Amino acid sequence: MICSSSVHPFATPDCDSCPKMRLMPAPQALADAPNLPKPRVITTEPRLSDKVFRAVVTAGGLSSLVILGLIAVFLAYQGFEILVTEGLDFFTSSKWEVITDEYGDVVSYEFGLAAMLVGTMLCALVAVFVAIPVSVASALFLSFYVRGKLKAILIGSVDLMAAFPSILFGFWGFFVLMPRAEYWAMLINKYLGWIPLFAVDERVFTRSPFLAGLVLAVMIIPITTSVAREVFDQTPLDRVQAAYALGATKWAMIKAVALPYGRGGVVGGAMLGLGRAMGETVAVYTVLNIVYDINWQILFGAGGNIASLILLKFGEARPLEVQALMAAGLALFLLTLLVNFIADFIVKKSGKKGR
Amino acid sequence: MTMSTTPESLSAKQKELEKKMTEERSQSHTAPASLASVAQTKVSRPAGAKRLGTGLEARGVHAWFGKNHVLSDISVDFASGTVTALIGPSGCGKSTFIRTLNRMHEFIPTAAMAGEVLLDGKDIYAPGTDVTKIRLKVGMVFQKPNPFPSMTIGENVLAGLRLAQLKSTNKDDLVEECLIRAGLWNEVKDRLDEHGGALSGGQQQRLCIARSLAVSPHVLLMDEPCSALDPGSTLRIEETISELAESMTIIIVTHNMQQAARVSDYTAFFLSDGGPGEMVEYGKTSEIFSNPKDKRTENYVTGRFG
Ligand SMILES: Nc1ncnc2c1ncn2[C@@H]1O[C@H](COP(=O)(O)OP(=O)(O)OP(=O)(O)O)[C@@H](O)[C@H]1O
Ligand SMILES: [Mg+2]
Repeated sequence: MICSSSVHPFATPDCDSCPKMRLMPAPQALADAPNLPKPRVITTEPRLSDKVFRAVVTAGGLSSLVILGLIAVFLAYQGFEILVTEGLDFFTSSKWEVITDEYGDVVSYEFGLAAMLVGTMLCALVAVFVAIPVSVASALFLSFYVRGKLKAILIGSVDLMAAFPSILFGFWGFFVLMPRAEYWAMLINKYLGWIPLFAVDERVFTRSPFLAGLVLAVMIIPITTSVAREVFDQTPLDRVQAAYALGATKWAMIKAVALPYGRGGVVGGAMLGLGRAMGETVAVYTVLNIVYDINWQILFGAGGNIASLILLKFGEARPLEVQALMAAGLALFLLTLLVNFIADFIVKKSGKKGR
Repeated sequence: MTMSTTPESLSAKQKELEKKMTEERSQSHTAPASLASVAQTKVSRPAGAKRLGTGLEARGVHAWFGKNHVLSDISVDFASGTVTALIGPSGCGKSTFIRTLNRMHEFIPTAAMAGEVLLDGKDIYAPGTDVTKIRLKVGMVFQKPNPFPSMTIGENVLAGLRLAQLKSTNKDDLVEECLIRAGLWNEVKDRLDEHGGALSGGQQQRLCIARSLAVSPHVLLMDEPCSALDPGSTLRIEETISELAESMTIIIVTHNMQQAARVSDYTAFFLSDGGPGEMVEYGKTSEIFSNPKDKRTENYVTGRFG
């Protein structure tokens, strides 16, 4: 590299009279102007302690990325064969069977994930649609209507609920929610059955995606509430006061100030919940009737769920089917990633306006 | 709500005022002692202009934050059609006092108050009073401009109507009228659909003034409205205050003695020496600045302390 200082136009890099840090030549346009100094390259030399800390933090930050990448590679590698032989059928067909002869050798097999993909999305969407209003209401309540001790207790219990083992939600859903939700499903079907979404071909309402969605909703409400509340709590006080000073009631203030400000947080919380709902295994496995047929009727007692499928089949799967399950895992992984990207996009778009 | 001046006559008047004020400013820069003369040369307001309400009266107001007694026994009568400046060193309770005047004080969890505040003769703290109605009549402009960023400029002006669920027959006219009165119309008339945050600080503050005018308050409280603004915007807002004072009661907190002398008819000097803040002296602005009765007032207005 040639030193570009005006004192030593042709000096070599080890030229002593040139500042050490000036490594990048100034842009030509600037250098041409007669009396303008060249822009300096500004650098900082971090201290040793800073460097060490930086290395530690970088390692920590990268490790989660690396682990995530390795998991994806592992799943892709294991499921590769199935993905190739099944091709697009893996995502469009709904059959999941392995036929063996009397010696236990595989005669033929067919793996299709369509019903499970649809089912996963249905359950998760039901969950999010039920959870959002409840979460927003409780977040607003926690942020604007309670104060002091009660607020601390309520926040603590919401956080506790988020850490609840999901099998307990499953039990509760199975023994307590199911009999009641079946009745609700009948009511919905009776009065709103003309909407295709709420129609059923057969009057079977147990273990439906609707029920699984409800259990999931209860599971994700704490996390969505907690994210939304944190954002609502940060609503700028000057704006809140401006609204009150204009004669706003509390509700009017919330509509004009808190909701626009917290919209990004609500969407973000909901997406976090959606991600969790899609990946949830045990609770759904307990309450959902898994059927290898695409079913769009959320009240009908048949559904699918990728995570539950893996749990259901993994125990007695032979090597070939394990590979198929790995491929299914990869599909779930990508689906979650996709949802997160979309969520991120929505949050970025809707977040700015109210701020 | 009716306009007393048309836009054309307004801008002519503005120019005149501007000239006058720059003259005053240059005077006061060369000779700081001329505060008293600034206070005296002020244009006198035409009597008999259409007045909204009959003013605001504080009677024996005390304020506490928790156990901390910060304001002691303040009694002032703010007559309609006048501008009153509240001056005093930092922490003496000026903001606390004006926040008791529209019941914003009670938003601080530990806050308490005693005494009475009479709006058009009625105690605003009387049980059964609708607070939102009080705040509609007693508007407030804050130190930091705080337009609603999720709303457009036009929507910001109308925010008060929306928040208080009031009906308005002609919204466009109202927006124009309020923006003209706040001295912002010419700068924003072509960009009413832009967001409120897309304005400069001084413009945002004038937008906030326009916003509080839209609900036609009888009283306007201003807590250091110009402290974050450049001299040009400050001048604009001072003109606005003079115009508004023809029809309403204005109470302004300021740390700028020049400003107090320029815009106010009456001045109240607050002070706290260790204990709760008290009102040391209250009187005509010309008196306070030329011939204060209390030594402490004199020291403060001449810049010898505080
Ligand atoms: N939210 C609060 N909680 C507790 N104490 C407060 C609060 N706000 C103000 N105080 C106290 O009340 C007293 C008066 O404060 P206030 O804000 O009214 O002063 P000020 O005259 O407006 O001062 P400045 O000119 O700096 O704005 C101060 O001693 C302050 O510490
Ligand atoms: Mg203050």
